[in-house]
Parts: sequence; C-alpha cells; structure tokens
Amino acid sequence: MLTYIIRRMLYAIPILIGVNLIVFFLFFIVNSPDQMARKILGEKNITQADVDNWKKQNGYHLPLFFNTEASGGGHFTETIFFQKSAKLFLFDFGKSDTNNIDITSQISQRMWASLAIALPTFLVGLLVNITVSMIVAYYRATYVDFWSTIVAVMVMSISQLFYIIGGQWLFGKMLRLSPISGYDSGVDMLKFVILPVVIGIISGIGGGIRFYRTIFLEEVNRDYVRTARAKGVSEAGVLFKHALKNAMIPILTNVVLAIPLLFMGSLVMEAFFAIPGLGSFTIEAIQAQDFAIVRSMVYLASVLYIVGLLLTDISYTLVDPRIRFG
Amino acid sequence: MKLLKHSYLIFLLLLIFLISCGVPNNPYPKSEQDEEIYYSTFDEEPKHFDPAVSYSSDEYTFIQQIYEPPLRYHYLKRPYELIPLTAEAVPQPRYYDTDGKQLSSDVPAVSVARAVYEIRIRPGIMYQPHPCFAKDESGVLRYHDLTKADVKGFNEIKDFPMTGTRELIAADYVYQIKRMADPRLACPILSTLKDYILGMEAYAAALANGQEEAAFPGVEVVDRYTYRVILKAKYPQFIYWLAMPFFSPMPKEAIDFYSQPVMKERNITIDRFPVGTGAYRIETLLAHKEIVLVKNENFRVERYPSGGEPGDREAGLLDDAWETIPFIPKVVYKLEKEYIPRWNKFLQGYYDSSGISSDTFDSAVTFNDTGDPRASEALKAKHIVLRTSVEPTTVYLAFNMLDDTVGGYTPEKQKLRQAISIALDYEEYIEIFLNGRGIVSHSPLPPGIFGYEAGETGINPYIYDWDASTNRPVRKSIEAARQLLAEAGYPGGQDSKGNPLIVSFDNTWNSAGATSRLTWMRNKLEQLGITMESRTTDYNRFRDKVKNGNFQIIFWGWHADYPDAENFLFLLYGPNSKALRDGENAANYDNPEYNRLFETMKNMENSPERLTRIREMNRLLQRDAPWVFVYHPVAFGLSHQWLKNSKPSALGRGNFKYLRIDARQRAESRQAWNQPIVWPLWVCLGLLILGTIPAAITIWKRERQTKQANIADEASEN
Repeated sequence: MLTYIIRRMLYAIPILIGVNLIVFFLFFIVNSPDQMARKILGEKNITQADVDNWKKQNGYHLPLFFNTEASGGGHFTETIFFQKSAKLFLFDFGKSDTNNIDITSQISQRMWASLAIALPTFLVGLLVNITVSMIVAYYRATYVDFWSTIVAVMVMSISQLFYIIGGQWLFGKMLRLSPISGYDSGVDMLKFVILPVVIGIISGIGGGIRFYRTIFLEEVNRDYVRTARAKGVSEAGVLFKHALKNAMIPILTNVVLAIPLLFMGSLVMEAFFAIPGLGSFTIEAIQAQDFAIVRSMVYLASVLYIVGLLLTDISYTLVDPRIRFG
Repeated sequence: MKLLKHSYLIFLLLLIFLISCGVPNNPYPKSEQDEEIYYSTFDEEPKHFDPAVSYSSDEYTFIQQIYEPPLRYHYLKRPYELIPLTAEAVPQPRYYDTDGKQLSSDVPAVSVARAVYEIRIRPGIMYQPHPCFAKDESGVLRYHDLTKADVKGFNEIKDFPMTGTRELIAADYVYQIKRMADPRLACPILSTLKDYILGMEAYAAALANGQEEAAFPGVEVVDRYTYRVILKAKYPQFIYWLAMPFFSPMPKEAIDFYSQPVMKERNITIDRFPVGTGAYRIETLLAHKEIVLVKNENFRVERYPSGGEPGDREAGLLDDAWETIPFIPKVVYKLEKEYIPRWNKFLQGYYDSSGISSDTFDSAVTFNDTGDPRASEALKAKHIVLRTSVEPTTVYLAFNMLDDTVGGYTPEKQKLRQAISIALDYEEYIEIFLNGRGIVSHSPLPPGIFGYEAGETGINPYIYDWDASTNRPVRKSIEAARQLLAEAGYPGGQDSKGNPLIVSFDNTWNSAGATSRLTWMRNKLEQLGITMESRTTDYNRFRDKVKNGNFQIIFWGWHADYPDAENFLFLLYGPNSKALRDGENAANYDNPEYNRLFETMKNMENSPERLTRIREMNRLLQRDAPWVFVYHPVAFGLSHQWLKNSKPSALGRGNFKYLRIDARQRAESRQAWNQPIVWPLWVCLGLLILGTIPAAITIWKRERQTKQANIADEASEN
C-alpha cells in the first residue's frame, strides 16, 4: 500500500508541472505583463515608465520562458515561469500581485468560510440525496418513481442562480426568516449559513437523486438481493442493509473525490451571499488579473484533486476487501 | 425514516432558535441595535491604503476618513471650494523669475521660474493611537525592534497592547512627498509630479540607484509647523493636489515600524493599516468581509459647517451647524458584491444608504411633470430620501484623428464627424439606456467646473440650434446631418466611387445589455447611410488598440481628479496624444491653435480672460469634433430618513464625520419592516407530513404482504 501511495505521489509531480505550465501559458496568452501592470496600476496618468517600474518591482520584467541574455542555467531560471513556479512546489504561494498580501495566509483565513457552507451542504445533501434515492428506488416503477424522476430532472434543469436569487427573495425578503446575505464567525455564523446550505441542498438534489437512484436500482437487481429476499429479509431491510452497503464503491468514488475540493468554495454562492471564501477569492483574482493568486489557486485545486483521487483508491480497500494495491 | 424525522426536528429547533433571536433576518448582533453605527457596503476589496499608492475612489472612501492632506473641499458648497483642513489657510503661491526676483501673482507663466507654496499647519493636531508611537518607560519606541516571538499571533494593529501618539508636524508632510518619489512604491502620479516639483525627477532616479540620502530641493521643512514645496513652473492646479490623499502626512515612525521584517511577514503593512490624524481610524480590516472604522480618540475639536449652497438649509443640511463632529462613533462597511442582496438589505433598513442600478430604477424613481426625479411611492412610504448630483465626469465618443477616414482636420472631415455627432441622438440614449441619469454634454466641461456655461452661450452650435421659445437647445435635424455628410464627400453614405462608408466602433461592450446599445448606434448611423461595424473585445485588447491608435471610434470617459477646466481640456492637448506619447488624449487630437490656447489657459487663475480662452477652445473642439460629446453622468443616491446630513460629493470623500444617525428611529423601522412570516413554513411542513402518510401506509402494507407471503411459504414447506 505504502509503495502504491509513494508511486502515486511521484506521478503527481509531472502532472502538477504540466498544470502549472498550462495555466502559465493560458494566462499569458490573454494577458501580457504590460497589460497586467496597467490593469493593476489603474487607468489614470500611467506611463510606460510606471509600467516598467511595476514589472521590475514584481518580477515580471524577465522573459516568460527563455532568457537569451542569461548564461548557463540562467537561460531557464532567469525567467518569469521559473521564478514564479518553483516555489509553488514547496507550497510557498508568495504575495498577491495586486496588493502584495501573503496568499497562504489568505487561503488559511478564507478556507473556513468556504468550508462553513460547503461541508454542511455536502454532508446534509448527501444524506438527503441517498435517503430520497432509496425511497424512490423502493417505489420503483410506481407513480412515486415516475414523478420523482420528473421533479429531479426539472430541479436539475434550473440554474443555481435561480435558486439563490429565489431563495434570497423568498426566505430573506418575503418571509424574513434569515439574513439575505452576510457572514460572521462563531455562533453568529449559523444564521448566515442556513439559507445558502438549504439552497445548496435543494439545487443539488435533482442530480443527486438521479445518480444514487441509478446505483440503487442496479444493486436491487443483483443476485445477492434476490437471495436476501428469498431468505425473508424485508424490502426495507434489503435496501437499507444490503443494497446500501454494496453501493458504497460508486458512492465513495463520488464522495471522496469531492471532499478535498470542498475547500475551494463555490464561486456563485459565495458572491451572492457575501461569503468571504476561496471561491470569491479566486474569481476576484481572475477579474483583477492577479496571476499570483490564480496560479496558486489552480495549483492548490490540482493538488487537492490528486489527493482526492488517491483517497478514493485507498477508500476502496476499506469497503471492498477484495481490492488490494501492490 | 428516522433520519427524516430527525431532520424535521432539527429544522424546527433551528427555526425556534432563529425566531427567538428577535428579528431573524437581522445580519447584525443584537447588541448593535441601538448604537449610532453607520452601515454601508463596498463591492470590491480595496487594494491599497497607502496614500502614496492609492488612486481609486473605492479606496478613498476609507482613507480620506483617516488621512488628512492640508486642504479639503467644502462639504456643502457647490461649485467645489477648497478650504483648509490641517493647514491654517489655503496657500497662495509666490512666483519668482530666473534671477530669484519675486513676481506678481498674475504674471504670465513663461516668466515664472519658480513657484513656491508655503503651507503652515495648525499646531496641536494629534495622530490616532497607534503602536508605532508607543514608548516604554525610558522613552524608547516600544515596537521598533520586534522579533518573531514579539508578534506571534498578531494579525492586526489592534493586537498590539500598547499605543501612543504624537503631534502632527510639517516634517511628516515632507516625508510623504519624498516617499512618492520612491520607485519601489510605484506612486501613480509620480510621472505627473516629476514635471512640476523641483528636483523630484533627479531624487527619484537617485532612489532607484539606492542613493537614499540624495537631495530633493523641491520640498523642505521651514519650521515645526511649516513646509515649502517649490515648483519649476507656474501651476495653479497644484493646490488641488494638496487636497488629495497623496499629500497626506506620514510619520516616519510608522514607516520604520511597518518596515520591520517580522511585520512584513505578517502582512501588517502601511498599505493595510493607515496611520492618520483624521476623524476615524481602522479598527477591523478584513477586506474580504468587512472594514470597521471607529472614531479617532485623539481627534481635535472640529465644527460642522455653518454655510452651504442654496437649498441646503431647507434640506436640513445646516441643522447641525457649529456642532462638534464627528457624530457617529463607528462605521461598518460590509463587502457585498452583488447588487440584488445589497438593494434588498437597504430596503429592509440594514444599510443606511444605497445607489440605484438600472434593474431597480423604475421601482425606485419616478419623474414629475417637469422631468425632475422623485423617489417612488414605495420608497416614500419608507421615508427614503433621493439625492442627485452631476458627477465631475465626461463621457465621450472619440474619433481617432490619425485615421484616414474619420480623422483629419479638413473641412470635409470636420463635417463628417459633425454629421455623425448630430445623428447620434444622445438625449434619446440617456432616456433609453440610462433612465435619464445624465445630461447631454456640449463640451468636455461638466456643470460645476469653471468654464462650463449653461444656456445659449454654452451650446454646441454645430450640433444644436437654440430654441428661444422654450429656452432649450434643439438637436439639428437628420436632414442637416445628411447635408453635412454630402458636403464631406459621402452623399447618402457613399463616396465618389459609390463605395459605402463603413466605420468601425471599438468597444468592450460584452454584456447581454450591450447588444441593444450597439443596435441603437448602428440604427442611428444607418439613417445617414453609414454602416457601423462593431469590434467588441476584452479590455486588455481594447486598451492596446487605443494605445497603438488602431481604431476609428471608441467610447470612453474621464472622471476629474480636481474641479478645474485644465483637468478636462488636457484630454485633447496634442502633446498628450495616447498613440504618439502615451498620454491621455485618446483621440490623438492635435490642433496647434488649441494647443496654444491650452498652454496659456492652464496656468491662469479663474478669470474672465481664462473664460474667454476656454470658450475659444470649446469652439475649436465643437468645430473639429474630435469627440462626440456624449453626457455627464448624474449620480442618484438614496438614504433612509434616519441618516442625517448626507450630501453626495464626488471629489471630497472624507465625509463620515458630518453624518448623523438616529439610532432609535432606525431600530423601530427595522423592527416594523422585518417581522418574520412563519405560517407558510408550517403549511409546508403539514403538507410534507400529510404526503408521507400514504407512503408510510404503502410501506407498511408491502412489509406485511412480504411477511404474510413468507409465512405462507413456510407453511406450505412444512
């Protein structure tokens, strides 16, 4: 197992270099360092000398990939790509380009706000989705199944933005049951978190039901279920005890892969509810052309995704004794 | 099923908990209910609070409460009037010739070799409490030799247990001007100031080479409370710069304090935590969530103004005349990126003031018979007050004067641009796309700026006729525009060879609503037979096109730094060409006559002679038409009745100290407007329970059938 984990971690290195290279390439296709500088310095009274000065102060005066004026290894190390990327592998994200703030401290501060929304949405949503899916599977081929499927498809088809604005209007404005937006720490957080969590669960329930219903229907038609029924196990017992346990592999694939990315937050939800999380952090950086933050967030998401895949593989061994990694 | 039952229970408990908290949609702690706190919003994180770097109106909202340059704009008077803030008086420049002989104040600019501004600040002004001033028992600065262990766990200034203060002195202003020359700070006005302040360019170059002790003769301390700034030329607009945060005082102790490596490591910098003498200081800085300002305990005694412009007394803006300010002890700004939640929270009474977006304009504003805007009935019912003000901003369509088709200075080219200017009916545009929030412009100068003229003398005679019966300008007819186009060599929109006239419009109008604006423009030009090609792109590409002069027509605007005609008319000064010299003249207009007039006008005091020059310049612009003069925006602001003394000010933003809150009235209104409505939830819950009963019965029946079948099977086997 340990060998497997080490091997997978080594595989991650070229993947991360590749991701970093692609981000760098894409970013600088759209923006040149001059354009970054002009965006950050503002519109008024900015001269080329100001732009050149900003680039020098922030390390964007070097060539992008290859420095013809340097010698030896300097051809590659005296470049923006190397200077800005090398430290990422040590998780040193450096300072933001727009306001010189330490990115690591921002991530560690904002992560909790993202988790405050994402984690309960994920856990309660999972619970609701699995429970409702099992009930729908229990009533398969009846009008309950039929109407549940139709409602689920309808719910899936509507944009999350509609749920957000509708939820704020209904619960915040009309019924006045929760603050329309905002965030606070400690116990006060609760009143701000409820509405986005409820909206998150409702907007995700359509896809969740469709996905888990398919899994459960696949399971209830297997031989072991027939055997259980033949042995006199009740229909609920078949579903909740036997089918649920055996459906764990596809559920785990879905769940464990999602867990690390919960840290990254939700772009739309955080913007509308004024949640100071990592989702809004990323979108602000993209709008401000803050390459340092964009690069760091994409890198972090890649690392978390790789970790998620690894955890998924490891979790298989926990739920299915037949699986072993060499 | 147990889980479902439990979730109902959890939901009910949460509901009971929230309702027991009082008004459950109140986003603020109950303890703040009766406090005189001003609540507002910001929609973008401020990036810089260092006055040498900050150059954004969003940031000025905060730093102008904290930093105090020597001058400010009068809070109530319009047109904007400069008055002393920390200075004893508005400085009058002394002019000298090359021999050092003093000249009179009305001397022509060419004779002036030096302009000296001597600024005397008032004694006794104290800085806010700040750890950079804290001293130990022996009088040594306590926090100027910090180690990592000393600041362990510190993230904000308020984490430092000890603070101190000291008196504001002239050296602090001099120190700040020197800071602006530091290339490491990238001060956005350095390139402008270098052209005026004596020795600044050489000093900046020396700093770039690491010569920290280089001389800077253009700025000097005269005595403890007086400093001097020496300019290389006559530049009357310099006093306006003295009202901007760039020229605020900076105590050296603060920079020494923040420059310690351990402080930089912890992101505790001058760019985040200002040190000022203003009415407020930052208490909490979580730019991704909220910014809280509290009253500066060391703020001097300052009085609310006793005079304003006509109408201010009737509006209640002088009710607090001579009262000691600030009134509000605390200001809370929340980050709200989206307009809809921000607007709804304003209507609920949780924000004290708000702007108006196009989406809510129709429900918020109505117009009376004379076209004056009023708050809608729904807002009036909540006693919400609407205030409008014309912004010191000009919005324009610029023709690229270097372009072969739309540029040039021949009478034909002038007529082509005049024809386009007539066809683009911006009265209609303002009505359709801006809900009337703008006034059509006839020159670059907006109302309130010296040189702006209303009435017949101020109209653009190439585009408008004056209707004496209504006393209003009337846009020339489309037939007149067609005639001009024909005289320009494009009868019916075709050249002599019969080729259609096609013009390209470069823009960044990417949003969904932009399509209708582009269609409007296209339709207007089609009336002349001109085909308009829209070239929509992202802002980076757009900016590059403008910089390289690679466009025909663009849509752009300018918000004034200071209320002087020079700050608008320089946008068309030839040597400021964007494409040729990286200046602000996007149209690349270069008329020697205009340039000559500008050079003489810019250094003149406001006078009839200056007005004559400005008129001449405007006439040249109206004839040459390098711009289509589009509009000056009108800002619409709403505030609740409990917010007193609120008056919009586009130039002076250090206004929190004048505001007053009636906290009791606010608490009562919030309570009345935000009573929760719970019954729909109980109905939903009841329906849910009712809905589960048939399902539960079915399950019970199925289970029973299975059991009976098993019993029957067992019986048959036996």
